[in-house]
Amino acid sequence: MASTPPASITERLDAINEFDRESVSEDALQGPGNFIGLYAGEHVAGTEFVIGPLFVAHGVAAGDLFLGLLVGNLLAVLSWAFICAPIATRTRLNLYWKLRKIAGPNLLFVYNLVNAAMFCFLAGSMISVAATAVGIPFDMTMPGLDDFYPNSIGWVVTVLLVGSVVTILAILGFKKIAYFSKIAAPWMFLVFVACGVAVLPQLGVTSMGDFWTVANEKIWTGEPLSGRIRFTFWHVMFFAWFANMAMHIGMADMTILRYAKKWHYGFASAFGMYLGHYIAWIASGILVALALQNASEVAPGPIAYLGAGVAGLVAVLLAGWTTANPTIYRAGLAMQTITPDWKRWKVTLAVGMITTMAALFPALMMRLLDFVALYGLLLMPMGAVIFADFWLLPKLGLRQDYAEWRQLLFSLPAALAWFLTLGACLLLNLVWDVEIFFLGLPGWFIATGLYVGLSLAQQRRVPALQAAAPTTNFLTEENT
Amino acid sequence: MKTVLKLASFLGLGLTVVPAFLVFTGTITWTIHATLMALGALLWFITAPFWMPHDAPV
Repeated sequence: MASTPPASITERLDAINEFDRESVSEDALQGPGNFIGLYAGEHVAGTEFVIGPLFVAHGVAAGDLFLGLLVGNLLAVLSWAFICAPIATRTRLNLYWKLRKIAGPNLLFVYNLVNAAMFCFLAGSMISVAATAVGIPFDMTMPGLDDFYPNSIGWVVTVLLVGSVVTILAILGFKKIAYFSKIAAPWMFLVFVACGVAVLPQLGVTSMGDFWTVANEKIWTGEPLSGRIRFTFWHVMFFAWFANMAMHIGMADMTILRYAKKWHYGFASAFGMYLGHYIAWIASGILVALALQNASEVAPGPIAYLGAGVAGLVAVLLAGWTTANPTIYRAGLAMQTITPDWKRWKVTLAVGMITTMAALFPALMMRLLDFVALYGLLLMPMGAVIFADFWLLPKLGLRQDYAEWRQLLFSLPAALAWFLTLGACLLLNLVWDVEIFFLGLPGWFIATGLYVGLSLAQQRRVPALQAAAPTTNFLTEENT
Repeated sequence: MKTVLKLASFLGLGLTVVPAFLVFTGTITWTIHATLMALGALLWFITAPFWMPHDAPV
């Protein structure tokens, strides 16, 4: 049998995204209800069972938490609405194709690899979450907040079992699980609410009037657990803002919002933020406070059992599983660029195995705040590059989508903006002790400035070429 | 038939969240609340697939 010659990276990437390369057509556009449902479902997930408790572990005070989440989530919604959605609805392209035009296919390949690795770790943490629910009936030793390595044979066996099942189900049918996830979403949100409310009497809240006193004295006390830094209002605000940094200012949600009829559907993200990243985080924080008061285990499974019994365990299992499933799928898509000849099931299997290995380390779950911040930070500079390319370059008389126009495989301004920004963030962290949660904001401005400056230098060197073709200015389009 | 299924689904959601507030007010015990929540979950997952639309919006 004759073997086909290996395709170039460009051809591999293009083949995978074959059906996504065109702008979304008018008849495929969606109304606001779909985006409300989508955001509400996506942000009431397995991670919520971990993030709320970690705020308690970091000793945030009640006032700082409530206000920090209020402001941080508002900033996240505004980032979706004013930064991501306008570009998504004007270009109607997904992140992949927009980035390909700006950065060139080879740099996009590197971006995809980083993205795939991050997705594997994120899915791994969700498998860990699900394993804490599965292990309860078998009296498994749960990982503690400070555990880094697997702490028992039971944990290893449970994670391997859950990881295998999740991977096999992802191979058998991604779409069916995505539908199941959609069904589970409204129920899961109510489980969070019910868990939080039902345990309040055990913490000493017998009327609404008691809540604030108990919240300050027993839940968000302002005293961190040993080995954790104390979180302030600023930590909470920046974490809430940047928990989905890769999605809003990192522009990954162009893939979703390109289907929106109007740019202001970006505000639909408020349903995800305030149901998932406000109410669910508060509810899971209440649960872990009870676990700490009872000196019982603080992993997601046990705390959900404290609040809702068997239904809580089912919620943790489903939350972990349904979040891991699309993440494995996305990681598989990104990984397929490396192994173009592999069948889809083989790629999913490989990703599932990597993810399951990562899930063996409870640190991934117990240090989720740091991981989420790192994940967003690594991908964010390319979102800033898209923003600058779309809005700023035309104002300076420079050409957008330069790599596509010059048929470059690798955009040096985009690559340098990405890597130098990460280098600058590392410097801020190591030299000036700026914590990872605060790096996203300066990082975005650094990336934007670098890309504009480097594009200016690049395009000024080829004035003749620039003069040959006019700049595409999306600002003048009808759909503003 | 779809209306009946929808009603059953919403009853399932009600059984998921209302008992928690009854625990809070001291009307029922935590054990009853946990049992009702399990029943609510069962009701929701058995009935909702029959009427919730399959097509993903985007």
